[in-house]
Amino acid sequence: MTTLQDGRSARPDGGPDVRPASSRRPGASAARLRGIGWHVLIIGMLALLLYPVVWLLATSIKPTDEILSSLSLLPSRLAPENYTAAMDGIAGISVWTFFGNSVLVAIGSVIGNLVSCALAAYAFARLRFRLRGPLFAFTLLTIMLPYHVVLIPQYTIFQKLDLVGTFVPLILPKLLATDAFFVFLMVQFIRGLPRELDDAAEIDGCGPVLTFRYVILPLLKPALVTTAIFTFIWTWNDFFSQLVYLNDPDSYTLPLALRLFIDQTSESAFGPMFAMSVLSIVPVMLFFLAFQRYLVEGIATSGLKG
Amino acid sequence: MTTGTLHRPPPRPADPGDGATPARARKRRSQSGIAYLFLSPWVCGALLLTVGPMLASLYLSFTDYDLFTSPEWVGLENYKRLFTDDARFLASAKVTAGYVLISVPLKLAAALAVALLLHRNRRGQGFYRSAFYAPSLLGTGVAIALVWRAMFTDSGVVDSATGAFGWDTGGWINEPDYALYVLIILAVWQFGAPMVIFLAGLKQIPTELYDAAAVDGSGRWRTFRSVTLPMLSPIILFNLVLETIHAFQAFTPAFIVSGGRGGPSNSTLFYTLYLYERGFSQFRMGYASAMAWLLLLIIAIITAVFFGTSRRWVFYSGEDR
Repeated sequence: MTTLQDGRSARPDGGPDVRPASSRRPGASAARLRGIGWHVLIIGMLALLLYPVVWLLATSIKPTDEILSSLSLLPSRLAPENYTAAMDGIAGISVWTFFGNSVLVAIGSVIGNLVSCALAAYAFARLRFRLRGPLFAFTLLTIMLPYHVVLIPQYTIFQKLDLVGTFVPLILPKLLATDAFFVFLMVQFIRGLPRELDDAAEIDGCGPVLTFRYVILPLLKPALVTTAIFTFIWTWNDFFSQLVYLNDPDSYTLPLALRLFIDQTSESAFGPMFAMSVLSIVPVMLFFLAFQRYLVEGIATSGLKG
Repeated sequence: MTTGTLHRPPPRPADPGDGATPARARKRRSQSGIAYLFLSPWVCGALLLTVGPMLASLYLSFTDYDLFTSPEWVGLENYKRLFTDDARFLASAKVTAGYVLISVPLKLAAALAVALLLHRNRRGQGFYRSAFYAPSLLGTGVAIALVWRAMFTDSGVVDSATGAFGWDTGGWINEPDYALYVLIILAVWQFGAPMVIFLAGLKQIPTELYDAAAVDGSGRWRTFRSVTLPMLSPIILFNLVLETIHAFQAFTPAFIVSGGRGGPSNSTLFYTLYLYERGFSQFRMGYASAMAWLLLLIIAIITAVFFGTSRRWVFYSGEDR
């Protein structure tokens, strides 16, 4: 850490000091040291925090016999066979089937949430109707409702309709705006848009439908993007409802496929299991890298949770 | 946000001869219809997937129901059995209570501490925020739960590391005394989401308050206690309520780490895990419904307590008291 040592002198090479005057004041070097200390502290914490993720990435390319025993992150030799085995899939089903199932469920959920929540949010935020207050209060309350309370009757309904084992029980609830959090998020967002825009649209002769389409919807984009990203990631990570509703390995999503590995007690499956784990978090990591600003701002402004 | 992206439809001539009051009444009536049209998916969802199932599960909780034959009314039998004749249920309630009581405060404390560290403007702050948030996204999935399982197993990374200091645990996930902590650590690891909300809250605190505290000669700790904490209390309440609700419903990590059994010796038998076992492995749907309603009741009571006591410790600026 050379920067720590020469934190006092302006430039180690003795060249002209081009830093702003303020940092040359007495005490500035102490502040600078504190700043460096801060970065060291934060990076240290991050290293500790992200160690499990790094461990996963490293483990996925390790030969199986090194996975549990070796403390070293670096493998003694690369083991790409983990990935070929993972690609082959499990129980005779290709990993692409699981991937495709996950994508289908996630995309269906995203579309469902976008459409239904935006429609409901516009009604709650802008239209007048007698039951608006109580119905919106009900929406807020359902944010706290444990999924388990409605799960068993929902399961019974879908079972009677012979839909258990299909993706319908996973996607249909989203199409019917049951993710109250996103309704709430969009209502808050629409309330922040100036009413004058609606009034102007009305003077131009727009009814609520056209106002929604041409005024609100384009402006709602940030909230829609947040909803889409979070719905995708949450659905991708979801395990419980997929575990309940999907019972045929052909319809398994990635989390369920990963679970198949747990049932195999032999440690020989460890390498492929972690390779598949890596494959399963790739979309989440890509979303994270691409949208990190949106993600962080999204939860900051709306109170969404990871 | 640019209004330039607005696509305005061609103007239509306004309807002439609109009287003020009847027009408003007519508009109100016509808006009602449109409103319910917009709300129709939501209404269907609320009735068919929320209210209906809620009532149904309340009814089922008083029945014996195996999904294949029709439910049979047993009155309070399920509830009575839960508390008097079901050691596994009591174990699951205890495990869940311990998990919530330990993980939520630790998670919020970590979130607040790191938020305070990241609050001041420094280079790379945006990057750091995102990086600390990453575990919140990854951690809810099966993949990371598998990582935890492998890291805390016998002769796994953690065991080897503690073994180097002469503390051979035999793998935390195999020890009833430690297994729950594996899941608590996984929960606390995901402190990024409440942290980001704390950061947003810290930004809202007017700097004049800190200037005033500095003029009064308040030290760091005093300023934190008298300015930061009170001003942040609404955010603390918000995070506390949400994290508690989430913690009560945790499922995936316990299911994966314990291989779906809640072991060793019930030490990771989360409430939801046992509910799943009763409902979907043993098809005791009535029993599971009773458990679900108890969960709802507990969450409702705790939330009510949080909000009820909040008047004493939550400070809303601009509020006359």
